[in-house]
Amino acid sequence: MTVLSFHDVTYTYPGAERPSLQHVSFELAAGEFCLLAGLSGHGKSTLLRAACGLAPHFHGGRFAGRVQLAGLDTREHGPARLGTLAGALFQDPESQLVMSSVRAELALALESRGHGDAVVARGVEEVALALGVDHLLERSVHTLSGGEQQRVALGAALAGRPPVLLLDEPTSQLDPVAGDELIGLLRRLNQEWDVTIVLAEHRLERCLPAADRVLALGDGRLAHDGTPSQFLEWAAQAAPPLLTPGAQLFSLVGLAPPPVGVKQARAALRARCLLSSEPVSSAPPPVVRHVNMGNRRQGAPSLDAPPGSAELSAPPAGGVLARDLAAASPRSAASRMRRWAFRGSGAGAPALQMRGVWHELRDGPAILRGAELRLRPGESVALMGRNGAGKSTLLRHAAGLLAPTRGRIERAGRVALLLQTPGDYFVHERACREVSPAALARAGLAELADRNPRDLSGGERQRLALAIVTDGDEPAVLALDEPTRGMDRHAKAVLARELRERAARGQAVIVATHDPEFACACAERAVLLADGRAIADGPIAELLAGGWYFATATARILGGAEGALTPEQGAAVLARRAADRGQAERPPEDGGRAAEDGEGMASAAAAMASAAAAGLPAGGTRR
Amino acid sequence: MNRALSLLYRPLPSPLHATRAGVAALWGLALMVAALLLYHPLALTALALALLGAGWAAGVGRALGSSLRMAAIWAIPIVAINVLVSREGLTVFARLGDLGPFGQGDLTVEALVYGAVIALKITVLVLITALCSLCIDPDALLRICRRLSFRAALTASLAVRMIPLLAADTQRIADAQRTRHGGLPEGRTAAGARARVALIGAVLAGSLDRAMDVAATLELRGFATAPRAPRLQRPWSRHDLAFAASAAAIVAFALLARLGGAAAFSAYPLVHAPLTPVLLVLCAALAFAILLPFADRRGVER
Repeated sequence: MTVLSFHDVTYTYPGAERPSLQHVSFELAAGEFCLLAGLSGHGKSTLLRAACGLAPHFHGGRFAGRVQLAGLDTREHGPARLGTLAGALFQDPESQLVMSSVRAELALALESRGHGDAVVARGVEEVALALGVDHLLERSVHTLSGGEQQRVALGAALAGRPPVLLLDEPTSQLDPVAGDELIGLLRRLNQEWDVTIVLAEHRLERCLPAADRVLALGDGRLAHDGTPSQFLEWAAQAAPPLLTPGAQLFSLVGLAPPPVGVKQARAALRARCLLSSEPVSSAPPPVVRHVNMGNRRQGAPSLDAPPGSAELSAPPAGGVLARDLAAASPRSAASRMRRWAFRGSGAGAPALQMRGVWHELRDGPAILRGAELRLRPGESVALMGRNGAGKSTLLRHAAGLLAPTRGRIERAGRVALLLQTPGDYFVHERACREVSPAALARAGLAELADRNPRDLSGGERQRLALAIVTDGDEPAVLALDEPTRGMDRHAKAVLARELRERAARGQAVIVATHDPEFACACAERAVLLADGRAIADGPIAELLAGGWYFATATARILGGAEGALTPEQGAAVLARRAADRGQAERPPEDGGRAAEDGEGMASAAAAMASAAAAGLPAGGTRR
Repeated sequence: MNRALSLLYRPLPSPLHATRAGVAALWGLALMVAALLLYHPLALTALALALLGAGWAAGVGRALGSSLRMAAIWAIPIVAINVLVSREGLTVFARLGDLGPFGQGDLTVEALVYGAVIALKITVLVLITALCSLCIDPDALLRICRRLSFRAALTASLAVRMIPLLAADTQRIADAQRTRHGGLPEGRTAAGARARVALIGAVLAGSLDRAMDVAATLELRGFATAPRAPRLQRPWSRHDLAFAASAAAIVAFALLARLGGAAAFSAYPLVHAPLTPVLLVLCAALAFAILLPFADRRGVER
């Protein structure tokens, strides 16, 4: 049974020159889990808004074609009526919570539809239990964390038990743990309650395994419609920026079909004897105690770097300090960790040093608990951790926006801080009035000088905000708080390149991020915060290769083997393994050649292909 | 803006928080009636002290204390203005001479006392408002209002919700502006004024965006088509009964004091505020009626 159908839909926002949707047609059956893929500004959000009637009823504009939701034509029925059939959850949970308490929020949709007291009470209880927010029922919504707010907003959208759920990047503000939990929850709703799900996301690797179908949008047109596996095969040819890291890894080593998820990728690699058949990790995720990372810059490959250009960093398994610390008592290890954190990464005056910084709220918790951090000039650090771990607070202290209640902060110069929402920086109506002409030119925005900053694209806004905070004398430290929220891969790659260039010029760069792929593209060192202090600090390859949640997709697939974080590094590892295997199975001259080829990223695919041709198990199709 | 946030309702384990919104609002109304009926400084002081005690018992003592400080800031000009403009009273404590069309500038003790009583009355009203704002769930209260006036309740719902949102937005934008290189121009210069106007514009633009998002959400939740809110069938708790009885007692004692003449007070031409045993008993009874419902703390956790 079809629950959502688009028939030749073209939609243009009021005042827009180009349509945001162009001749879009598809049908969605009941119980399908459909993923919307596409770069920023290519029509995903508009499609969702058209599906629930906000476009055109709420936004206005020109609408052609027909959208039917559970048999209702959206031209004839408004969002209020369609809201009973489709729950919607958008990016910013704060704007979707309209009542003061969680209980009232969950009850609103039911009360608005005139349900009686008993139905409302039962509906609230059921949805609260289903989403695990029953303990929050009496809380005020403005006291909830981002993850809790997103769950409550989802509960409010689901309270009326709509058959369709429309979600627009609901995980963009969540940490990896909360994001995975939300996707798991959607999967359960889909499988157990038969809720049809339409989910727009940039981080496809997180959602593809749950999806039945993927719709890819390009310039407002439906560019592809197929299963996740078909989508990845299409994306490899037609839209590489949409490829997941796992699919990139397989593409680089010439394996097919591209894996939809980590499990499938591992199975495929095991079938080709490229991955041990033993479980990847049966122990809890390792705590990286490695706090001194020396003077190395090779561990920061790029998202956008062409194959072969990234340098592979393969730290020794376990790490030197991890071995040292393993022999020490926990107490002495902790004290040594503090000492190394003070010394940071090498000699010389630090660009920023935080010593035992506490931030204790009056009548509230301590957000930072003796945080230690030392950054040297030219160093780039990723600050990771769950929502509420203290990342933003730490950056605000670094920039002097907050004063520590205890502890000391030393700065070698100005600390420029880019906060989460670029729009907060814009107070003028023309971009040229926000920054100096030189800064505007450096940001590559000289041609847009007369545009209103709020009319710029997401990436351009981010660049302008960065230009605003770094305008004038060169800052000693550049701190960025969640700069990639809502960004597609291309925009992330551009930002990562900019940060690497700044670090190369001698600025210390520290980025708070939930995105492990971005972290390893722009940073050489990672600090994991929990409960207001650093619980791990070391080379990014070790921290992100060894975690469960805080790990890149490549590291998850390869089980952290040789510290490979990016598809390019992973391909090199697989190429070496293929070469080793080929060496063992083939005459010596072939194996020797394969082993030499395995050194470089560009030769990885060739080595893999030759190894596959030389006798890898069937199914390893060459590209 | 943080001050605005500190005066918002938060569910806490207290008898007043555990009381249904309608009864708690009625209790607040009874306090208002008492504050408006009484003029005797001792009765108003007893009321103010009892309110501070109630705030402490409800776990909102600190927030109520900051409301008291805010009220004190308003009280000083009220007293000063009354002394300056009132031409009544016989006990002159300062002479400002001939003020032309305003007559003789004689400042009297009676005008000073009357100004102080009015300031005390306003302080008590501020305390009652703050206590109700801190302890009564606005959603539950607006739910009652939705049965009476849907549109007004909708507007009030949005306003209540927008306060913390706008406070957070303003704080965020102010932080962002502080991180600009050199910051925005400050001070009383033309550039500073322009910068402040620009900042206000940014906050307004952001709040309009925010309002649009909230409106879209409300639209999808079917608020525009909502029928009259159904009546909630909830058994009366011990706290509902206690605060309802307290409200009745407060009004009764206030009426008794006013109509029976026990709390008689007049400022002009001479201050007349007799301290009688009946008044003392009534003040004690009033404070007792206000504080007694807070003694029973069974079943306050939600």
